Amino acid sequence: MDFATLIQILDSTLRLATPLLLACLAGLYSERAGVFDIGLEGKMLAAAFLSGAVAFVSGSVWLGVLAGIGASLALSAVHGLASITFRGNQLISGVAINFLASGLTVLVGQNWFELGGRTPALTEGRFQPITLPLAETLAPVPVLGPIYSDLISGHSALVYLALALVPASWWLLNRTRFGLRLRAVGENPAAVDTAGVSVVGIRFAAVAICGVLCGLAGAYLATALSAGFVKEMTAGRGYIALAALIFAKWRPFAAMGACLLFGLLEAVANRFQNIDLGVVVLPVQFMQALPYILTVVILAGFVGKAIPPRAGGEPYVKER
Amino acid sequence: MIRLERRPTPSRAWAAATPVLAVVLTMLAGGLMFAALGKDPVAAIRTIFWDPLFNPQFAAYSRPQLLVKAGPLILIAVGLSLGFRAGVWNIGAEGQYIAGAICGAAVGLAFYPADLWLVFPLMVIAGAAGGILWAMIPALLRVRFGTSEILVSLLLVYVAQNMLAAMALGALRNPEGGGFPGSRNLSQYPAAANPELIAGTGLHWGVVAALVAVVGAQWLLGRHILGFQIRLAGQAPRAARFAGVRPDRLVVLCMGISGALAGLAGLFEVAGPAGQISIDFNAGYGFTAIIVAFLGRLNPLGILAAGLLMALTYIGGELAQFMLGLPAAAIQAFQGMLLFFLLALDLLSNWRVRLTVGRAA
Repeated sequence: MDFATLIQILDSTLRLATPLLLACLAGLYSERAGVFDIGLEGKMLAAAFLSGAVAFVSGSVWLGVLAGIGASLALSAVHGLASITFRGNQLISGVAINFLASGLTVLVGQNWFELGGRTPALTEGRFQPITLPLAETLAPVPVLGPIYSDLISGHSALVYLALALVPASWWLLNRTRFGLRLRAVGENPAAVDTAGVSVVGIRFAAVAICGVLCGLAGAYLATALSAGFVKEMTAGRGYIALAALIFAKWRPFAAMGACLLFGLLEAVANRFQNIDLGVVVLPVQFMQALPYILTVVILAGFVGKAIPPRAGGEPYVKER
Repeated sequence: MIRLERRPTPSRAWAAATPVLAVVLTMLAGGLMFAALGKDPVAAIRTIFWDPLFNPQFAAYSRPQLLVKAGPLILIAVGLSLGFRAGVWNIGAEGQYIAGAICGAAVGLAFYPADLWLVFPLMVIAGAAGGILWAMIPALLRVRFGTSEILVSLLLVYVAQNMLAAMALGALRNPEGGGFPGSRNLSQYPAAANPELIAGTGLHWGVVAALVAVVGAQWLLGRHILGFQIRLAGQAPRAARFAGVRPDRLVVLCMGISGALAGLAGLFEVAGPAGQISIDFNAGYGFTAIIVAFLGRLNPLGILAAGLLMALTYIGGELAQFMLGLPAAAIQAFQGMLLFFLLALDLLSNWRVRLTVGRAA
């Protein structure tokens, strides 16, 4: 493998890791506040659909992103209502969100565009790559030039936004009052309640942040990674993001590392379709399944002791 | 002011009423959804819930389909319900269903064209074994490494789907199929076929197995020590440990049973109604069964009723597809709504709503 191929693989790693990272951070906020969310997948899917549809109709990618965030927030609200207000099982609520999203996207999509559930291909209304300053000038520099101009420069705005959200999330969670309360709500809600802070309020705020980030992740899929929405286009990324979250032990910087690793797995699988081992030729489906298999392997083998937030999954009931 | 008060024990009346209420609310909300999409809501609901059973034009075809679709749903849901009761969340039954179908079909195809009575029983064993094998991955990983069985079983669904595609295009492809993907049609190979047992009813071996599973689960939960341990582990994990219930053993058993039943469902489907291994063989029964399990209150008899109702929405959905031009995915939206209403209404069986007038508590 030569240097140019390596750069290409790392470049697509970054692009494929972005939706995972956004979804993973979304899950981070929610789970740190004690609300488990298997519905990341469904929220991303709904956001991908609506952002693709609105970006096509309006021709503006930012309107599309806003619509995607709106769709994801609406599902977040339902999840919050079911699992915080109605004290339902968070797992089941998440499963219901995934059902709802995969049904509604195709149903509405078919009704709207009559293309069998997909949205028309975007020509305008897509994220354009941003060329960072001096990328052209520095390109001829050996080794570092291609790294800067091909790998670091030339991505869409959401890629840089996702990367910027990592330190921002760390700061918000570890250095602000809101962050402290959010983490406390996930560990010991009764203590937060005793201090006179609304547990329900903080949890809803966390779920809303989760909705916004999932919306960005979905919008990225439909308007930056590909041109338009295809049914079931999230393809388990929500679950992989959750696996990355566990792998990262619910910490933002580690989450970035985990997502880049999972992005790399996907990039490698996309790049090498058939592998000839001499004795047998591995079919293309094996390479497509590989990221999921490796996610399971990593989840089982290399996590060490991952301790989830203590109050995770439990609805909070005020004592009287 | 509305206040919620915890009931000492869940209300039996509400526990029985919530599924019915949830179905009614889903119909209403579904009607609103169809109205918003510019379809006639009454016609849509009638097409999905009424026409398959009572419209003389369609009933002859649709009624037998009820058992055909309900069989796998009930079979899988009964298995899942045992785990759900014990706090073992096997969300990826779809993968076990596919694995069972592949293993069962592979055994059947290996004997082709031998006409032995032994072929079908061997396929049944292979189907169950395939499901167990696939379920043991998340079970053993949880027991050994503490990995979330929810995520692992879900991720393995994608692996199973790719395996299915690889089988349909590669190892199990029909050598006389002219290069088309898909295996030989097992339903045309008498020794391996899972035929309709009584003409015009849709009853096949999978439905029989589902009924046996319902009775078996009812007996297990009510009469057997394992059933008691399952119920205890779900309701009071601490007490269960003191009573000598080994959590690891329970995880492996629950995953094993649900995997075996899901694998069986896959086998009966591939040998009967579906007929062959093909790329789009799986129809989401493994996921829908989760809803069936909850709609049936994790109770075997309840699951029987819920499975029939869910099968009705499948058939109604197909009918609505060519009568009203609704996409098949409309049914998934329906199922999602149903699960939400069920979840929200569950509040009523665990909590008492008190209206306090005047002073705040």
